[in-house]
Amino acid sequence: MKKNKTRTAVELSRQEAYVQGRKRYKRRITSMRAVIFFLFLALWQSAASTGLIDSFFFSSPVQVIQCFWELLTEKSLLTHIGITLFETLASFLLVFLTGMVCATLLWFSSGFSEVAEPYLVILNSLPKSALAPLFIVWLGTGTVTIITAGISVAVFGSIISLYTGFSQVEPEKITLIYTLGGTKRDAFQKVVLPNSIPVILSTMKVNIGLALVGVVIGEFLAARRGLGYLIIYGSQVFQMHMVITSIILLCLIAMGLYLLIQQMERRLAGRF
Amino acid sequence: MPESLLQLKNISYSYHNLQAETPALSRISFHIDVGEFVAIVGPSGCGKSTLLSIIAGLLSPEEGTIIFHNPDGSLHYPKIGYMLQRDHLFEWRTVYQNAILGLEINHMLTPENTEYVLSLMRDYDLYKFKDQRPSELSGGMKQRAALIRTLALNPQLLLLDEPFSALDYQTRLTVSADICHIIRKSGKTALLITHDLSEAISLADRVIILSKRPATVKRELPIRLSLSGDSPLAARNAPEFQDYFNLLWEALSDEKK
Repeated sequence: MKKNKTRTAVELSRQEAYVQGRKRYKRRITSMRAVIFFLFLALWQSAASTGLIDSFFFSSPVQVIQCFWELLTEKSLLTHIGITLFETLASFLLVFLTGMVCATLLWFSSGFSEVAEPYLVILNSLPKSALAPLFIVWLGTGTVTIITAGISVAVFGSIISLYTGFSQVEPEKITLIYTLGGTKRDAFQKVVLPNSIPVILSTMKVNIGLALVGVVIGEFLAARRGLGYLIIYGSQVFQMHMVITSIILLCLIAMGLYLLIQQMERRLAGRF
Repeated sequence: MPESLLQLKNISYSYHNLQAETPALSRISFHIDVGEFVAIVGPSGCGKSTLLSIIAGLLSPEEGTIIFHNPDGSLHYPKIGYMLQRDHLFEWRTVYQNAILGLEINHMLTPENTEYVLSLMRDYDLYKFKDQRPSELSGGMKQRAALIRTLALNPQLLLLDEPFSALDYQTRLTVSADICHIIRKSGKTALLITHDLSEAISLADRVIILSKRPATVKRELPIRLSLSGDSPLAARNAPEFQDYFNLLWEALSDEKK
């Protein structure tokens, strides 16, 4: 009895030691990340202050913060951020809807998908920035053009990956639906769609980033507002602080959008 | 003499690709009586699964006819339950939701039907797992859940395509006993495909031996075991068991030469 007790105690502490070890490791990873970040900032700032780099071209953390404040108070930065966010989310949602609808149609008709395949592959590998001038001529400058640019970057890849995901369902699972007296439509609703949730989520993750890329390209060429416009405007008037501030804001937006989808993925994880 | 539920006459089927035609079934004829349990054995790749797909109506035969005699005299295609090799329970549904999949697809989710599914689950020890995910079940339980999914539609004829082949030997013996019991008790007519001769002898009333591809009916062997209780495990101890085994073994060995 006594022997047993001590053994449990030892085992418990081993388990605790393991858990603590893992936690320590995680903490170390997080702190290393923070150290690199602050080291970079410190290096950047000191290089700028000592004149090692020209802060006119390379800016500096302090100037970025000053510029951020200035933009926020005087140049309605929030509107610019809001516009870029809105355009990105709009293109993302449209890409998602178009992708789902097209991939579904392709899945239902194998003839249609074989006909469409070469077109999709070519359109997907085409550099979409080449299309931007066309969009400006066709649609003018403004929100519609920018959203279209955002869609054009992500939509073809999205159709291809969703359709590939749909087609990778085990054929026997579809046979099962037929043996139960179901139709192709039942097979899609009961098997293909739920089976493809992981693929759909990972496609969404890629698309939100691509939509942002497309929107910024669009704003470079055809906008009066938005972070892409601020970058182009800043470079034209040689305000590198403005350019770098906008780039950092884009980083934060990209991270935020990615985390949003990841949260969704976590909530669904384990169920599919 | 019981009336035959299903009659196959000269069924032939070939697979085609651009290079060649591969005959799979050649003039297959046999019948299954109401309430009978028939097993089909044959060399691997001889077209057994193709035959089941044809009976289930998933493929249409290139030649020959299938005649059904519905006990009520009507002419409609009888309800056929098809149990595949693997259970294919969906992880995104609970065990119960998997069991009612067929009812859902056929818009038959009436209180009587769902109550029938629940009663089957109670009978076969799955009731307390009904709200769990399939991955939490053992291999044998999954196979029983798949059978309940098939039985929920109340089929007149059950087709079983090596339903035990994915299980380990011990589970296989108990699950095949369980499933045989379920089928016998509900008085269903069943057609089982297997490559396990002992399984065929211990479960079936009659064994049909197919030749290698293109498959033809080589021999039909009625099984009469003097120990015949309900249990396939006991059947393996019947004095005739070894003789039947040898008969089947010889018939199949001829084919392999």
